Amino acid sequence: MKIAIVNYGAGNIQSLKFAVQRLGYEAYLSHDAAEIKAADKVIFPGVGQASSAMKMLKKTKLDTVIPTLTQPVLGICLGMQLMCHSSEEGSTQGLGIFDVDVHRFENSVKVPQIGWNQIANLKSTLFAGIKEKEYIYLVHSYYAPLCKETVATTQYGLTYSTALQKDNFYGTQFHPEKSSKAGTQILKNFLELKLETNNFKR
Amino acid sequence: MLTKRIVPCLDIKDGRTVKGINFIDLKDAGDPVELAKAYADTGADELVFLDISATEEKRKTLLDLVMRVAASIDIPFTVGGGISSVSDIDALLHAGADKVSINSSAVKNPLLIDEASAKFGAQCITVAIDAKQIDGEWMVHLVGGKVPTSLNLFEWASEVEQRGAGEILFTSMNHDGTKAGFANEALEILSEMLNIPIIASGGAGTVQHFADAFVKGKADAALAASVFHYKEIEIQDLKKELQNQGIPIRI
Repeated sequence: MKIAIVNYGAGNIQSLKFAVQRLGYEAYLSHDAAEIKAADKVIFPGVGQASSAMKMLKKTKLDTVIPTLTQPVLGICLGMQLMCHSSEEGSTQGLGIFDVDVHRFENSVKVPQIGWNQIANLKSTLFAGIKEKEYIYLVHSYYAPLCKETVATTQYGLTYSTALQKDNFYGTQFHPEKSSKAGTQILKNFLELKLETNNFKR
Repeated sequence: MLTKRIVPCLDIKDGRTVKGINFIDLKDAGDPVELAKAYADTGADELVFLDISATEEKRKTLLDLVMRVAASIDIPFTVGGGISSVSDIDALLHAGADKVSINSSAVKNPLLIDEASAKFGAQCITVAIDAKQIDGEWMVHLVGGKVPTSLNLFEWASEVEQRGAGEILFTSMNHDGTKAGFANEALEILSEMLNIPIIASGGAGTVQHFADAFVKGKADAALAASVFHYKEIEIQDLKKELQNQGIPIRI
C-alpha cells in the first residue's frame, strides 16, 4: 500500500511517519502532485499557522490537487482546518472541502487548548472499535463548529467538531499519532479503509 | 472535558538519563527511550526531556535521541535545555519533538519568543521560568536558578504570553527538591492572570501535592522527576486518587 504524507513544510511530520511505521506500513513524504495522486492513502498533516501554510500549499499548487483526490485523505489538526471553507486565523481561504468556517476559541477558556480531552457522538468508520468519550490529544487555538459533516464532537467552552468527514475526505482536529492506543487504532482504521475510489470522482 | 496532565521530566546528559532511575524492569534504565516507553505505557500524559549537555557535538546526540523517542512513543513530548535560536527549534521539531521549552535564552533575547511563535505556532513554544521568592517578591532566575535577574515572575510571565508563548512551565526554586508541595499561591496568581496553560514544577512529594497544585494552584499540568523515577509515586495510583477527588484526569 502506498501512503503519501503531504509535505508542504508544515511542522512535525516525523512523528506521523513513525506512527505509520509502528503500524507496519511505510509512508513517503511528498509535495509532488503525481506522487500524491498515485498513493492509496493520503495524509495531510499540519502544525503551524493557517495563512502561511496555505501560502506554501499554493506555491506547490497542492491547493488545487488535494480537493480533487479520490482516495481516502486524512487531514490532521491544521490539515483538517485547511480543508474547511475558511479560517479566522490570518483570514485564510481554505480548500472548501468541508462546508464550515474555522474560528478562534473565546478567551473564556485557555487558548491554546493543550492536552487530553474526550471525543463523543462518533459517526464514522474511522472510529471502529473506539468507545464514546475516549481520550485523544489536542493542541490548538482554532476550531471547526458543529456542521453536517461532523463525525466526532468535543467540549471546550463549547461543543465543536473534533472530526469531519465528507465522502473520501476525513479530518481530525486531534493528533491520532500522539493519542496513545486509541489514536493508533484510529490511524489504523484510516489506513485500512476500503473505498471504491471511483465512487468519489469529483 | 480537558483533563489535567501528569508530566514526568527526564534529565538528559550526552544522550543518557541522569539521576538514579528505579525502573527495575527496564533493560537499560539509563536509556531515555526505554524510560519514555515505560512512562507512556503507565499513563503519563506527556514527557519533558531536559538536556543538560553543554557542547555543540553533544547537542547532535540530542537530535538523534529526539528522533528515537519520536519513533518509539505515541504521546507528546517537549524538549528543553540550551535552545537559543529559531534554527535550534526548527531542528528539534523536525526531529520529532512536539514542543520546545526555552528558558534563559528567552530572557536574554525575548524576541526569540515572538519569532518562534510566528514561525512554528504558539502551541509548540513553551517558556520555562525558574523563580525564587526573595523578601516576598518572586524573582526570575537563570541557569537552573543560580543566576538572579531583576525580572519579576508575574511581569515576565505576562510579557511571555504577549510575545506568543503557548504555555508556561513555572518552577519554584523555593520548592524544587523539597518534596513539600508545589508553589500553589504563585501558581494560582499565574493561572488567573494568564490565558495560556501553566505547568507546575518543583516540590512534588505526595499524591496530595498534585491534587493541591490542580485545585488550589489551578495548574493545567504538573511536572515531577524523582518521585516518578524512584517509584515513590506510581502514575496510575496517582491518577486514580486524583480522579477520586473529582479532578478531571485521563485514566
